[in-house]
Amino acid sequence: MSSTAHGHAASVGNGHDAPAGHHHNPGFIEKYLWSTDHKMIGFQYLFTGMAMALIGGFTVYAFRMQIAFPGMSIPGYGRVTAGDYNALVTTHGTVMIFWVAMPVLIAALGNYLIPLMIGCDDMVFPRLNRLSYQIFLVSALVLISSFFVEGGAFGGAWTSYPPLSSKSQYNLTGVGSTLWVVAVALEFVAFLLGGINFVTTVMNSRAPGMKLWDVPIVVWMIVLASILFMASVGPLVAGAVMLIFDQNFHTGFFDPVKGGDPVLWQHLFWFFGHPEVYVVLLPAMGIVAEVITVFSRKRLFAQRTVIMTAIAVGIISFFVWAHHQFVAGIDPRMANVFSVTTLIISIPVAEMVFVYIGTLYGGSIRLTTPMLWALAFIAEFLLGGVTGIFLGASGADIYFHDTYFVLAHFHYTFFPIAFIAVFAAITHWFPKMFGRTLNETFGKVHFWGTVIPFNCIFIPLFVLGVRGDHRRIYDYRHFPDSMQAGMQDLRVFATLSLVVLLAFQVVFLVNFFYSMFKGPKAPANPWHANTLEWAAPSPPPHGNFPEGLPTVYRGPYEYSHPDRKEDYWPQHIAPEGA
Amino acid sequence: MIEQYVPSASTFSPDIDHIIWLVLVITGFWFLLAEGVFFWLIFRFRARPGVKGEFITGEKPHEKRWVTLPHYLTLIFDLWILVVAIKVWTAVKITTPPAEETVRIIAQQWAWTFVHAGPDNKLDTADDVTIVDELHVQKDRVYHFELTSRDVLHSFSVPVFRLKQDAIPGRVIKGWFKPTLTGQFDVQCTEICGIGHGVMPARIFIESPEDHARWLKGPANVATAVPPSAPAAPATPGGTK
Repeated sequence: MSSTAHGHAASVGNGHDAPAGHHHNPGFIEKYLWSTDHKMIGFQYLFTGMAMALIGGFTVYAFRMQIAFPGMSIPGYGRVTAGDYNALVTTHGTVMIFWVAMPVLIAALGNYLIPLMIGCDDMVFPRLNRLSYQIFLVSALVLISSFFVEGGAFGGAWTSYPPLSSKSQYNLTGVGSTLWVVAVALEFVAFLLGGINFVTTVMNSRAPGMKLWDVPIVVWMIVLASILFMASVGPLVAGAVMLIFDQNFHTGFFDPVKGGDPVLWQHLFWFFGHPEVYVVLLPAMGIVAEVITVFSRKRLFAQRTVIMTAIAVGIISFFVWAHHQFVAGIDPRMANVFSVTTLIISIPVAEMVFVYIGTLYGGSIRLTTPMLWALAFIAEFLLGGVTGIFLGASGADIYFHDTYFVLAHFHYTFFPIAFIAVFAAITHWFPKMFGRTLNETFGKVHFWGTVIPFNCIFIPLFVLGVRGDHRRIYDYRHFPDSMQAGMQDLRVFATLSLVVLLAFQVVFLVNFFYSMFKGPKAPANPWHANTLEWAAPSPPPHGNFPEGLPTVYRGPYEYSHPDRKEDYWPQHIAPEGA
Repeated sequence: MIEQYVPSASTFSPDIDHIIWLVLVITGFWFLLAEGVFFWLIFRFRARPGVKGEFITGEKPHEKRWVTLPHYLTLIFDLWILVVAIKVWTAVKITTPPAEETVRIIAQQWAWTFVHAGPDNKLDTADDVTIVDELHVQKDRVYHFELTSRDVLHSFSVPVFRLKQDAIPGRVIKGWFKPTLTGQFDVQCTEICGIGHGVMPARIFIESPEDHARWLKGPANVATAVPPSAPAAPATPGGTK
């Protein structure tokens, strides 16, 4: 997989001009594989993430087909055994969160956008940046290799609860489960290095004149997400090391017989795992802020409020983790405390959504492909948000915990984050990234072909959750109450909708790769946007701003300003008479 | 809402259904309102030739109240939901009515063992009835359960009771329920527990006192009580010690 990722990344620059003249002409390896250019590293993350998304998509195809048509030989996979099923479920969750959402939202977009949007020539630690990607690539290879070892890939779910994950006599995948933990831990190291870079760069390398409030929201969000990530991941890395020890050296950190406690892992995991939700949510929110301001020609409503709410979300996210453990055997009184914090976090998140809806008021809204994706994010994420209230309310969670209701809820948050917002970002910044324009018709076909099936998958799963379907079951025929009239029909409908959704991704891939080489040439600022990346040529050469680094005179969202004839006012344009 | 699909068979299941219904009404109303405003704004402010967008910072008090007012409304409705949710949680998981009978539930890869107290209504006596994958209880009787696991995490879930509790090796977790409906229903394991997680079904039999007494007398007859349509894992009836 990863070698193809390189192949794509390698082809990216071929059609374009050579790097700026004052640099020597680098060879293939130096340019594409050993590059320290933030844009190339961003592309490496992007293409690796896209390749991993194919794995995530294929695994979900295989196990959903098994649920809909149990025992059938799945076209392209074969018969799914119970062990396969668990491995597929585990891989889908792990890959989509750690090797798709994280690398694309934080690493790819953060690397690509941060230096361009704050007006500097590169990250402050370019070699650290290169190392970050290389470790990430190794982590992906380690995860993939677990499919080919004795016993196969780990099948204890992406949450990897011990003792199932810690003892091979329970999970039957001794090597696979260790490779899983090693891969996840390596991936965390990669993002720690990236996070250090993002925070330091934004602190130190902003263009002259760019005050903190002039920094675009998406950059704010990626930096806040990096801080959240760095602050929360430590305990889980410690937990991962303990798990590796329990697995291979028979220590007893999570083994009650040896004085350990399996629930300890859950605390370490979710202390990271819940802030992680906001680590990916915040950049997605940032992307949406950029896109809706550009395409509604509006200043972001209450811009400072958005940043304040994001900071509030970040802080509160450290106090909600045990809502994943209401019925896990923790002191039941703790559930009430975490229920309170969980419902409190709904307030700043809701406020962000209100701000985005408010931004549309008085706008001049253009429904381009990126705008459709950004609006769809708001519409779909709202449903993900309100269904979270059912689960945060401790009394209701007793019933919904570990049912398809939970699954549908977090897919209504994660799918908008990891795919809808990412498609908004890719379609919005594609002209900048590759200097060419995507086809709008194909873009809209892909949009509707993704959003409609998405709802057709997960609304039935909400219903199945209400009807009591529990998660990670490979054949419901063993449960008479789960085979009542209509329930299997809903499973089949959701699965077929998934197949349709996956098929429509071909439209995106064709549009993406065709336009990268053959699309109409894009001007520097095709959307008439304000932020600094649009001041650089499309695509930006090595060093980003060949005419010298820009100076910033105003905030990023001065659209439709009454003092100006045009309806946009780029940050770097000097005021008249200055 | 839920009882249309999944019968409500414990004293606390109506309370849990009620909080779910309450959250549905509250969030449903605001969800539809927000989506309505959202789509209306998209339609109302679609780009028209010659019409420039308005310049609104949203920082002035009379503008910002469009965000702060919903903010306070969210807070108020959150508090309402919290009060009800905590009340329900406390009733189900914190306070416990005195037991009329205690049942021991042992989870393992991949079976449930239910230890019934038997005629003397005491556990750990000779007349305990130990059965795999079948739990027999009486209607209108307060049961305490002692839940444990022999290997990995499992979760004891009875959807008709709206009850769920993880089982942890090395710990005995206590809880309670009081059935209010006769019938037989699924018991699920709702925590992934290895390759047999999908084939770890059990059944709960809620019986009238007479039927329960009949079952206690002749546990060997239990097998006939399982309808042939239920492809449950092979029950081991008559596992009396």
